[in-house]
Amino acid sequence: MQSSAALEYDYSVAKLYMWTAVIFGIVGMTIGVLIASQLAFPELNYLFGEYGTFSRLRPLHTNVVIYGFTVSGIFATFYYSAQRVLKVSMGESKLLNGLGYLQFILYLIAATGMVISELMGITASKEYAQMEWPLDVLIVVIWVLWGVIMFGLIGMRREKALYISMWYYIACFLGVAMLYLFNNMEVPTIFFSGGVGAWYHSVSMYAGTNDALVQWWWGHNAVAFVFTVPIIAIIYYFLPKESGQAVYSYKLSLLSFWGLMFVYLWAGGHHLLWSTVPDWMQTMGSVFSVVLILPSWGSAINMLLTMKGEWNQLTENPLIKFMVLASTFYMLSTLEGPIQAVKSVNAIAHFTDWIPGHVHDGVLGWVAFMIFAALMHMATRAFKREIYSKSLLEAQFWIQTTGVVLYFTSMWIAGITQGMMWRAVDEYGNLMYSFIDTVSVLHPYYTIRAIGGLLYLIGMFMFAYNFLMTATAGRKLEQEPQFRSPMA
Amino acid sequence: MTLTEMQGYAFFFLTVLLVVILYGYILHLYRSEKKGERDYEKYGKMALDDELHDRPVEANPKATNEKKES
Repeated sequence: MQSSAALEYDYSVAKLYMWTAVIFGIVGMTIGVLIASQLAFPELNYLFGEYGTFSRLRPLHTNVVIYGFTVSGIFATFYYSAQRVLKVSMGESKLLNGLGYLQFILYLIAATGMVISELMGITASKEYAQMEWPLDVLIVVIWVLWGVIMFGLIGMRREKALYISMWYYIACFLGVAMLYLFNNMEVPTIFFSGGVGAWYHSVSMYAGTNDALVQWWWGHNAVAFVFTVPIIAIIYYFLPKESGQAVYSYKLSLLSFWGLMFVYLWAGGHHLLWSTVPDWMQTMGSVFSVVLILPSWGSAINMLLTMKGEWNQLTENPLIKFMVLASTFYMLSTLEGPIQAVKSVNAIAHFTDWIPGHVHDGVLGWVAFMIFAALMHMATRAFKREIYSKSLLEAQFWIQTTGVVLYFTSMWIAGITQGMMWRAVDEYGNLMYSFIDTVSVLHPYYTIRAIGGLLYLIGMFMFAYNFLMTATAGRKLEQEPQFRSPMA
Repeated sequence: MTLTEMQGYAFFFLTVLLVVILYGYILHLYRSEKKGERDYEKYGKMALDDELHDRPVEANPKATNEKKES
């Protein structure tokens, strides 16, 4: 380690990921609005030939918002906040800083490869695991590098204890590593087919029900370890820091952490209710999903109580607004999920639009709101500038909140309508409706969903502009703000 | 007893064991705070006092810590 009076935190890698988060946010959400519009107006499928069809763009949308926007946000906040809670600068180790840059370059290559390959229709055909084996290998390297940097920083730390956010980042690292490896066990066909077929093509090592089980063990835990665990890491650092209030109960944060770790891994079976997996596994998936409310609400309530006595900040500071609403959406989403995992409810909800509705109140309301707030908080410190426009941030908040509400309410109605219509039978036991009947009934809700998505996208553009202007034209700050981020 | 049944029982008892461990952990947290062995709430300060020159909540004795003396 260097001994230097001028030693300060090094945000160079964090800044790179902040930019990719903004760029991938725009790309992923634009595609999302296009495909939502395609569902309402199918002729929009033919705008760009094969590259513009729903089937091409849907995996691209999910992958870009998950692995582009969210993962960039996670890396950016990690490279920013890990230094601070460990009280060690990336600049103190040339090796770790170099590995940080290397990780970013490889990440950019992998992300570009992901976008191009999926646009070309090259896919492993597993949900949230569409990338083919060469990219999978690259992602393992990126992830290992992150682990080396994380534990390298931990090894150099000046704080003896690890702050709760660090526990969550570690869990994200370990959880994804384990799940990703097992779900992406695949055989590159070229090596076993005598040179027949494309070099990048592979088939899963598992088949049938086993494949489905491993896939949803991964699929659900991708939600756990990408959309939940690291986002809790973000809120545990950024909400206390921005508000100047220490976390309400540190003990509750520890308990919720271990509770979440214990419960989450078992809940994935709820994606396979009423399928060919053993009945006890389905029941286990349901039961653990319901139990999952406890640790999830433990974290969310802990965050809301952190604002105790300081609720005035909610009206004064838009970043606090984003984070408090994110926490509230986390509570909504983690109550809704268990309800959907109850077998009788699932019999209606499964395969309907209620499911993407649920996913989006979580990702738009919780994940993205937290990333927006964290990016702006970091921008003031990393670029040493005031936030360019408070009123733009306020407007973004309300436009996007309206968008999320339109999205999930329309999908609630659409999903339940769909589920009921699929099950409706006449007095002789014949199905009353054909599939197209449901499609015509759902058209207005699909349109509302597309409008909700468009509002959210408009907010994303407002954020990107505000972020860009903050980084380049915001008023220069003489010294780093201690808590509340200054804004014009 | 079939393998599936055995898996079911094993899972049940594992769940019970983990629940006991989790509740034991709650007891441990509150008991060690009550006995004055550890103050968990002070760790919340780590997010607030996070400047490089801030005094660590609990200094890491292994850190080569030249600049912390000031």
